[in-house]
Amino acid sequence: MKKSTMLDLLVLVIRRDLVLAMRRRADVLATLIFFVMVVSLFPLGVGPELDMLRKMAAGVLWVAALLASMLSLGRLFSADYLDGTLEQMMLAPQSLSMLVLGKMTAHWMVSGLPLVLLAPVLGLQFDMSARALGVLIVGLLLGTPILSMVGAIGAALTLGLRGGGVLLSLLVLPLCIPVLIFGTGAVEAVSSGLSVASHLSLLGALLVLALVFTPWVTAQALRISME
Amino acid sequence: MAINWFKYSAPTTFYGLAGKMIPWFAFSAAILFAIGLYIGFFVAPTDAQQGEFYRIMFIHVPASILSMFLYLIMAGYAALGLIFNTRLSAMMATAIAPTGALFALISLWTGALWGKPMWGTWWLWDARLTSELILLFLYLGFIALHASIDDPRRADRAAALLAIVGSVNVPIIYFSVKWWNTLHQGSTIKFSGTTMHIAMQQAMFTMLAACWLYAIAVVLVRVRSIILERERNTTWIADLPEVKQ
Repeated sequence: MKKSTMLDLLVLVIRRDLVLAMRRRADVLATLIFFVMVVSLFPLGVGPELDMLRKMAAGVLWVAALLASMLSLGRLFSADYLDGTLEQMMLAPQSLSMLVLGKMTAHWMVSGLPLVLLAPVLGLQFDMSARALGVLIVGLLLGTPILSMVGAIGAALTLGLRGGGVLLSLLVLPLCIPVLIFGTGAVEAVSSGLSVASHLSLLGALLVLALVFTPWVTAQALRISME
Repeated sequence: MAINWFKYSAPTTFYGLAGKMIPWFAFSAAILFAIGLYIGFFVAPTDAQQGEFYRIMFIHVPASILSMFLYLIMAGYAALGLIFNTRLSAMMATAIAPTGALFALISLWTGALWGKPMWGTWWLWDARLTSELILLFLYLGFIALHASIDDPRRADRAAALLAIVGSVNVPIIYFSVKWWNTLHQGSTIKFSGTTMHIAMQQAMFTMLAACWLYAIAVVLVRVRSIILERERNTTWIADLPEVKQ
């Protein structure tokens, strides 16, 4: 029998989670609709002046993306925890960190990527320029995976707790502040004519850091929660 | 004679030691508070630029310093507990968290009171203020996570992991907030140079020492009650004179 490599394992977990997500499409759509709704509420709350909307567009989209990703984090491990799959995964001879990385990637593809694709449409509502929109998308592409990965730590720590959802946001949101700052900073830099490279590089650096450390930390958190 | 370095790492022995140490720390904290406040209010001269308002610094600065150090100490104890599986370290981390959060709150509160007459506003999105606020959120997250897990062992370990992740994040958060702020505007007032009057320095350091001693005393009291609560079913607790009567 062919010995399965790490990469096979990763692809397997991602495919499994994507199939599961597709079986329950309503959950995925609810996150997206929440994102669109929150963003659309802002012009109603602060007034329709385009000058002001253009200024706050990046911030509003980023904060909405942050909140939307919190919503779906609770489901990251809970279904597998309830039906015992997670226990089997921890008993598996393969590295738990790799399995966790697969689950994070799938979570991002289901809840982060749609937001990135939808963001330009919403950005147009805020009268953003084409260049600002481009930078916003690149920033979101780099930043939303970090939200999924840092969020996974919180999801693993709060596994199976009462009122886990609110607690999860309380734990994860402060840790996501740097992502928010650099993501919106990049768009701000476009409008004030500065170079966006520094912000995007820092986001990229955070992404690499998160990619290296968060799967391992999440695996440790799962071990603590499951023992 | 070999010294047993780990004698006091057991809750059984530490409980008694903490009980003996508390009066010393509490008493010296009270004395130093009195001295520090006296120097701060009556000896230290009026500041040329800030008038009498600067005197709030004698509580504001020690509170800020302690809130940051206590987070690191808490994360250190949490890491010790996670790595060596010692019960007392986790109890210490739990005992430190409320005091740290209290100092962060005092620091923000006095900062606001100082900011109103000096900057003309209660709150500025200044890098230091913002990171202090985020530090308070991190403390509250630690306390909330610990409080919502019923099994004390799991609570200790989960909160410990969170504290470690938080302490890795603190520098990232600090620098991101700093750069974010410089993009918008610089601080309105900068305190450059430390040409502080000698009496001001004395008051500041006395207050800092007093805050440290207070923090240690309070943490020891709290850790004693945590030990009593966690070990309530053991025989040594039942044999304690204060429990027997």
